[in-house]
Amino acid sequence: MNVTRGFTGRPRVHNEALPPGQYDAGDDWPVLSAEVTPDLTPAEWSFRVDGLVEEPRSWTWDEAHALPGSVYEGDIHCVTSWSKFGVRFGGVSLDAFLSVVRPHVSATHVVAYSHTGYTTNLPLADVTGGRAWIAWEYDGSPLTPEHGGPARLLVPHLYFWKSAKWIAGLRVLDHEEAGFWEQNGYHARGNPWEEQRYSGD
Amino acid sequence: MTETADTYTPRTRFAVPGRIAVSEQAATLWQTATITGIRRETPHAATFRLAVPDWAGHLPGQHLMLRLTAGDGYVAQRHYSIASAPDDSRHIELTLDHVDGGEVSGWFHTVAEPGDTVEVRGPLSGFFAWPGDRPALLLGAGSGVVPLMSMVRHHRAQGLDVPLRLLVSARSPEELVYAREYGAETTPVFTRSAPEGVVVGRMAAAHVAPLLAEQPPGGWEAYVCGSNGFAEHASRLLVAAGQPVDRIRIERFG
Repeated sequence: MNVTRGFTGRPRVHNEALPPGQYDAGDDWPVLSAEVTPDLTPAEWSFRVDGLVEEPRSWTWDEAHALPGSVYEGDIHCVTSWSKFGVRFGGVSLDAFLSVVRPHVSATHVVAYSHTGYTTNLPLADVTGGRAWIAWEYDGSPLTPEHGGPARLLVPHLYFWKSAKWIAGLRVLDHEEAGFWEQNGYHARGNPWEEQRYSGD
Repeated sequence: MTETADTYTPRTRFAVPGRIAVSEQAATLWQTATITGIRRETPHAATFRLAVPDWAGHLPGQHLMLRLTAGDGYVAQRHYSIASAPDDSRHIELTLDHVDGGEVSGWFHTVAEPGDTVEVRGPLSGFFAWPGDRPALLLGAGSGVVPLMSMVRHHRAQGLDVPLRLLVSARSPEELVYAREYGAETTPVFTRSAPEGVVVGRMAAAHVAPLLAEQPPGGWEAYVCGSNGFAEHASRLLVAAGQPVDRIRIERFG
């Protein structure tokens, strides 16, 4: 341990919900995107799932909202080291979309892509089984554009760069293809509990 | 019908990644850095010079992760942009605002002295880096000017003739980081108080439009860095003035 002289850190109680290397951002919700926030209305928004699936298809805003609603209540963790506790997102579980398109048995990964062209890769197992959502509400209100509104991907058990803002679709693959930050040195999976921040962690 | 799973390339509307590879080893390895100098920039910002004996080198615009460890094992880590230009000195400089209640910046501003050690890993992320290859239009506010200053310093140190312009916003002349170092490439914008004869106000279309009206051959690569509010405002000014969305890179300080 390389102790820093005179450093004590802020007063704290041990919080088992805080992954290693993270701090509690409290009421803050920092915005971290490398791109210009798009002007994207619900009417222009669509969500497509294709690739290795039986029936590729797209959903409009209204069609997606006709699916059974689902809520995530819990925590989120950003690779830049803030975590946010007790957030509440509303939307639809990705399982609801995937049950319609039916991924092939050979499918192992997805690339999520946004309406701006941002991409991020995820194992299929990380976006199924009630672990991922298309979210359009935050704390009971429409998701704001700078936080990915009108709709974003939400994969709260991984670092938040995996939760692509302005989500446009998923391509289902039988192999892994690095996305935007993953090509820029970030970890392929991004599990906060394992501190998978950068490639090689 | 089943679609094939060929390599998928979405229609990217923002800066294409992957121009600059990041060394996996550099990104993974924590190194001990020793503070060798502290220089006050403004009442709220100071520059910390660090000796990093195994520093692999960086490109202007890159950042690093910095870690402080308390006696009970508690660790605090933050990302900071690198302020210095790449050179062979095995030293890097960070310019840190003293954030209210900030446990890491607070330590730097109230405890740190030359000889103290911290840990760093990096450089990280090639996305915001500028290797000096294309005309660069830089928009920064507050400590958001730090990675942009690395670019300006690199431009000078290498004697580059590729066009480079910097618009930097500060609350007042006293709050303008690196004020003494700016030259003809820089236009400061003051939001609260300004020197005699200089207009006070937010960065506006009037600052950005002339630069896009007289852009160099091939156009600008735009780099925006600052708070989220500034980044939103500045990136919208650029888009409104005609800068292509896919040639704007943004680093937001959360």
